[in-house]
Amino acid sequence: MQICRVVGTVVSTKKNSKLEGAKLLLVQPMTLDGAPRGVTLMAIDAVGAGVGERVLVVIEGKAAGDALGRKAAAVDAAIVGIVDTVDYRDDA
Amino acid sequence: MQLARVIGEVVSSMKDVNLVGTLLVLQPLAASGAPVGRTLVALDSVGAGVGEHVFFVRGREAAYPFYPAEPPVDAAVIGIVDHWDVE
Repeated sequence: MQICRVVGTVVSTKKNSKLEGAKLLLVQPMTLDGAPRGVTLMAIDAVGAGVGERVLVVIEGKAAGDALGRKAAAVDAAIVGIVDTVDYRDDA
Repeated sequence: MQLARVIGEVVSSMKDVNLVGTLLVLQPLAASGAPVGRTLVALDSVGAGVGEHVFFVRGREAAYPFYPAEPPVDAAVIGIVDHWDVE
């Protein structure tokens, strides 16, 4: 999983039927110290996250489909948690 | 998934029998709308056309929209974007 920040929302009327009602968010992967890393992704929201929040994102199809709760859904990324805190040590 | 703009189409006459539909050339986009990364070819599942903003899925799940057909694809367009907002 990756720690990302939610940076935006996407509106799509015409989409795959398995995505009906799903919330689509733009997420920016981050390094542990909070710097943006890599390109912005789109993820399905499974936990009620909002713009500005730090979240935990699975970037793998099977896990993302499970998070959405729909079998054989064409998704490859999903928000599965809202991050309260991250504790880490550089020298660990 | 990722945002992209449809910048072209690929025509292929001799191809896998399960590879049916429109093959779109996509330019992935950053949240700012700027092009980012390499272009790729994705199978369309929503009727998108050149110039439109779309989002696409990568990996094995790209074949799911075409069920029960199982096209050999690693990317599929699964939605047309009306608009997106970045804060």
